[in-house]
Amino acid sequence: MTMTDIQIERANLDVFSEALMKIAEKDKDILVVTSDSRGSGKLGPFAERFPDQIVEVGIAEQNMVGVSAGLASTGKKVFAVSPGSFLTARALEQIKNDVAYSDYPVVLVGISSGVSYGALGSTHHSLHDLAALRAINNLTVVIPADAYETEQAILQASVAKKPVFIRFGKKPMPLLPRPEMEFEFGKASVISTGSDVSFIATGETVAPAYEASKILADIGISAGVVSMHTIKPLDKTTLIAQAKSCRALISVEEHSVHGGLGEACASALMTAGIHLPFKIIGIADEDTKTGSQVEIFDHYGISGRGLSKTALSLLK
Amino acid sequence: MKAYTDRELEIKSVQYRMNLLRYIKQANAGHTGGSLSCTDILNVLYNDVLNVSPDTFTSRNRDRYIQSKGHSVEALYVVLADMGFFPEDDLNTLCRYGSDYVGHPTRKINGIEFNTGALGHGLSISAGIALAGKMDGRTYRVFTLLGDGELAEGSNWEAAMMAAHYRLDNLHAILDHNTLQITGRNREVCSPYPINEKFRAFGWEVTEVNGHDISKLRKVFKTIPRKKGKPSLIIASSVKGKGISFMEDEKKWHHGVPSDEQYKLALGELKKKMEALRV
Ligand SMILES: [Mg+2]
Repeated sequence: MTMTDIQIERANLDVFSEALMKIAEKDKDILVVTSDSRGSGKLGPFAERFPDQIVEVGIAEQNMVGVSAGLASTGKKVFAVSPGSFLTARALEQIKNDVAYSDYPVVLVGISSGVSYGALGSTHHSLHDLAALRAINNLTVVIPADAYETEQAILQASVAKKPVFIRFGKKPMPLLPRPEMEFEFGKASVISTGSDVSFIATGETVAPAYEASKILADIGISAGVVSMHTIKPLDKTTLIAQAKSCRALISVEEHSVHGGLGEACASALMTAGIHLPFKIIGIADEDTKTGSQVEIFDHYGISGRGLSKTALSLLK
Repeated sequence: MKAYTDRELEIKSVQYRMNLLRYIKQANAGHTGGSLSCTDILNVLYNDVLNVSPDTFTSRNRDRYIQSKGHSVEALYVVLADMGFFPEDDLNTLCRYGSDYVGHPTRKINGIEFNTGALGHGLSISAGIALAGKMDGRTYRVFTLLGDGELAEGSNWEAAMMAAHYRLDNLHAILDHNTLQITGRNREVCSPYPINEKFRAFGWEVTEVNGHDISKLRKVFKTIPRKKGKPSLIIASSVKGKGISFMEDEKKWHHGVPSDEQYKLALGELKKKMEALRV
């Protein structure tokens, strides 16, 4: 895909299903396993074009992950696709043992992750997944921010020799301007650099962080934005470089403030002996406010306005 | 595969029991009762049924064995060692610091396909492997050993439903039905019965066999697939702690390790059995 192919606002979910079709066409060992989730996964067209490359197991996430591991052990390249919350809570033990510990390179795809389901409420939100999966050895944890990162993540996961978890939402995302078209698991993408503050954001929170950097620029504050698309392994080099080149850091994630990107960054910074004004922005540890994804983001300060305000107070 | 007589396999079973007790005693850890209850099943599988050996372990068309009741790993270790997957001496490190021979199966050990031990995982994994075989038109078969206690795990029933849906007649689950789990009798803990009717209702072909009768076990495995288009369950009636009089059908031997005195007694019983078989 070249930059010109990409419409400006595209849902990562759409990019995912198209990328999957591209690789499935060339490689008959590519399989998608779903738990009555082909509709939510926008996999209807995939199922029509590649009926022999999709396996439906019904609403049974534990079995979905176990079956995926079994398939992968025979050489199949399996994408196990299910809503992020059900995939990572219901089937956590299968992820831990059948995939990660047994070391079969299943690609676990959490769709409609974070608070994508918005007003459907907390049963459908996945705000625990990063905390849970970060503590599982042998699992790469990826949250692409836009169409470019999503496509790259799917392509690279399809040839990975190790298990990968990828999660995204379904809201159209702007294509981020990036100085370099480079994407590698474990290597953060620096979208822009700033000397006052830097946003270390991930997934669908990178766009509002970028918006905040524009707002801040208008009032003379130099703010950088990093897409920390890989939560594990965390790109500590880029994180520390950002901390050293500005006065304050703000982590942003569509996840509980506990156990996710923010705490990973805090740990890496403190361990490296770096102390600077730092704030973790995410979903507070409380009964999550209801509303659409945008409204929930807004409520927790994950917006251009909210994040720029946080930056100003941190820089005071 | 070498063709053994029933008698030769019966002798192997006694030897396996001696070996696994030795390594459990030495490690001062292990799942003694469950290992003794599935020894004969594993013996027949590896020596008479499975198309797999150290030479063919990487072949895409090998038969697969997934031990869902991973805790009975000591039985699996001694059988794999006998098959030549690794030197038996390796088992002197069982459960020792830094050893790959931990108390549940892992892929670090040659011959083991999946890291199991948490219960209720083997059937889904096996269904996935069986499904891949169907997709690719391969002739391999998948065998998985389930414990009766683990039937309470809901994931088994997810897998049972799906295996029937996909008509996985290359999938063969064997239930090591010793009627005990760590707390006591299955029927008192949370009854799994009727097991046969449940699986039949899920679309499986179910057969029952004495899990310690080498000859009968061999015959059952000779008749698979038992029904085209259906996954099969072989309910192997077994005795926890089988072969050692004071361990038989006693829940305390779930992971009990024999004292020096008990170990001597146990070995004495097995030696007697061996002598009788060799007459
Ligand atoms: Mg039992």
